[in-house]
Amino acid sequence: MTVNVLPPATAEKDLPPDPHQQAPLEPAKRKKHRSPLAYFLVAPAALAELLVHIVPMVLGIWIAFITLNQLSIANWVNAPFVGLQNFVTALDPSSPIAGQLYGALGRTLMFTVIVVAIAWSMGMLGAVLLTSSFKGRGILRTLFLVPYALPSYVGTIAWAFMFNQRDGAINRFLVDDLGILQDRPFWLLGGNSFWAIVIVTAWQFWPFAFLMLLAALQNIPGDVYEAASLDGASLWKQFTQITLPMVKPANAVLLLIMSLWIFNQFNVPYVLFGPASPEQATLISPLIYQQSFNNWNFGLGGAMSVMLLVVLLIASAFYIRMVLPKGQHDD
Amino acid sequence: MKRNLEEETPGEVMHTKFRWLAALAVGALSVGSMTACSASGGSGDADTITYWASNQAPTVEKDAEILQESIDRYTEETGVKVDLEVIPWSDLYNRILTAVSSGEGPDVLNIGNTWAVSLQSSGAFVPWEGDALEAIGGQDRFVQSSFATGGAEGQAPTSVPIYGLSYSLYYNTAMFEAAGITTPPATWDEFVEDAKKLTVDTDGDGTIDQWGVTMAGSSISNNAHQAFVRGLQNGGSLYDDEGNPDFGNDGVVTGVKQWVDLMAVDKVVSPSDAESVNGSDMAATFADGGAAMFFDQAPDANLAARDFTGYAVAPVPMETADATGLLGTQSHVAGINVSVFENSDNKEAAIDFVKHLTSDDEQVYLNKSFSSLPVVTGAYDDPAFQSDTIKLKQEILEDHAQPMPLYPSEGQMETLVGTAIKNLLATAAQGGSVSESDVKSALEDANSQMSSGQ
Repeated sequence: MTVNVLPPATAEKDLPPDPHQQAPLEPAKRKKHRSPLAYFLVAPAALAELLVHIVPMVLGIWIAFITLNQLSIANWVNAPFVGLQNFVTALDPSSPIAGQLYGALGRTLMFTVIVVAIAWSMGMLGAVLLTSSFKGRGILRTLFLVPYALPSYVGTIAWAFMFNQRDGAINRFLVDDLGILQDRPFWLLGGNSFWAIVIVTAWQFWPFAFLMLLAALQNIPGDVYEAASLDGASLWKQFTQITLPMVKPANAVLLLIMSLWIFNQFNVPYVLFGPASPEQATLISPLIYQQSFNNWNFGLGGAMSVMLLVVLLIASAFYIRMVLPKGQHDD
Repeated sequence: MKRNLEEETPGEVMHTKFRWLAALAVGALSVGSMTACSASGGSGDADTITYWASNQAPTVEKDAEILQESIDRYTEETGVKVDLEVIPWSDLYNRILTAVSSGEGPDVLNIGNTWAVSLQSSGAFVPWEGDALEAIGGQDRFVQSSFATGGAEGQAPTSVPIYGLSYSLYYNTAMFEAAGITTPPATWDEFVEDAKKLTVDTDGDGTIDQWGVTMAGSSISNNAHQAFVRGLQNGGSLYDDEGNPDFGNDGVVTGVKQWVDLMAVDKVVSPSDAESVNGSDMAATFADGGAAMFFDQAPDANLAARDFTGYAVAPVPMETADATGLLGTQSHVAGINVSVFENSDNKEAAIDFVKHLTSDDEQVYLNKSFSSLPVVTGAYDDPAFQSDTIKLKQEILEDHAQPMPLYPSEGQMETLVGTAIKNLLATAAQGGSVSESDVKSALEDANSQMSSGQ
């Protein structure tokens, strides 16, 4: 009986190189040849990183521990150190500021979930639609990207006009043209204001989801779908069994990035409502802005920022471990 | 995307993660942290000074055009060049704070006079006393109520007035005539009564198209000014005698309730006004015939730009027509002041430029151009300031105006009280009722936010 087993040496020699085995060797190899020139070349980027990211971050954290307001700002280096006082003020349930903070945190979380869900669904729908070729696909693709290409400020200002209660396009359409509503509702005051920021933010973000998902969808080989439809899989089945699993890695990144951006949303409420958002639509970033730049209490604003940072870091780390197990596995 | 992720080594995954985290960290912190970059500083060139001007004209470009004329005269006279930057109100205070924190500011700058005490306590501006005050001709040249806004009582002011302003009642003369109203209202009751007469459905379509009054319900500063004036008229005050914030006292609550009631109870203000963020919206509504009255400081240029001339000006109504003292308050001593930055490399030239801006001739030119009031008595002889409107405003400033509270926390007070009123008006606009206890609790909430935030 002949056992057709090649000796290991031969196997390695004859087979094409395995990229997965080669990969770990690479960094070591590179390390060996690293010359001082490499450090020299990296130095400008490292310096820029230090100045643009690290120094402002450290400053921001330091501000959270001092009383920095209009009285101490002229001599900010010597502003009184107050330890955790700013954090206590922000978190003490009996203070109205903490009430605002907790309210804004909960609202921002809900806002993020709703906006991500809408933007993702619209992006996915658009991407699936445009994957198959048809006449006018190019024009449609360009149109879909308009909200993303438009400067955020310009788009939001246009929405602010449309949401105007007296003569905005939305009330004209809903009240005058369709007659679905009797009284002209306010969209930028009261409870509706929350939905106004949801709509505008989702409108601004869905093209990004669309773009990322379209790129991911175009990487799926067409014959997979062909084989599935030959086997009698319905379109829904194809979507859930092929499309979704195949775009999972892209989705993981997309959802994280979108969630972080949307959680930190500042432009839309600021342009729609001005410096003070209605209570029902106060998100966390505008609240921090309000404390820092309207009430000129930079220490308190800094403490809120640091807490926000910690919350988001924990959430992100948790998410990355959950949806990107591959990285962990390879460790 | 998919391909990239799958091929990433663990190190790269981590690196990508850190990139996000770093970006996120900066994003989160940048909101609350100070910017590290400095403001555009004094030039350091002995022949050039930098001047930050506030926005007085309908547009920033118009401001620059008007100011440049005055600057050219100064440069011709002294040889000193002036780098001018006109800064919109929404950015001005934060730009000033950035300049104060970095020590790199302009040589000369305009400030809203209600910020004077807050900025004085930062210690970043030249006090107007001794030689500096003498260089601009001494205190006696100025209208005293305006000069009093330059800083806290008992301390050398760190700003001097440049433009004077006061609130008054603007009304549409044709609408008054059509409603059979012969004299403008002198008391608050008469004002509300007239406003009701002026709130009409002119075209008979069942909706009101001419409102008695227009207001900028979402303008924080306008709301705060109303709380101040209406509070004093009703015997209240935003600060107690010890200088502690006291927004929830009976007088202020009554005053604010009167203001909110215009929309909530009297129904003489369009609910749409609750959305109006900008004071100039009032001038627009008024010029378009959407409302018969409004309170403002100097909308004249704005109304002229809309070719509207069918209006007259009257004093702000009081609780009783002959009220005097604090009960007779019709306006805060509104206006713009000018300061010199302590860190200026050209302090002498900077003070000299303030002397130029506050000279009789330039006061005539500038205040005529911005439809504001001169702050030096010598300028009032000019025919431009002999009109009834100017005389009325001058009288209000002299006899019926009080400076906004002269405490360092005045800025926060404006934000918190103004926002509380904005929220009350939003409730009224949506048909909700606003009771006295709602007003009280909104103001007390603002008060406790200020106390706990300090």
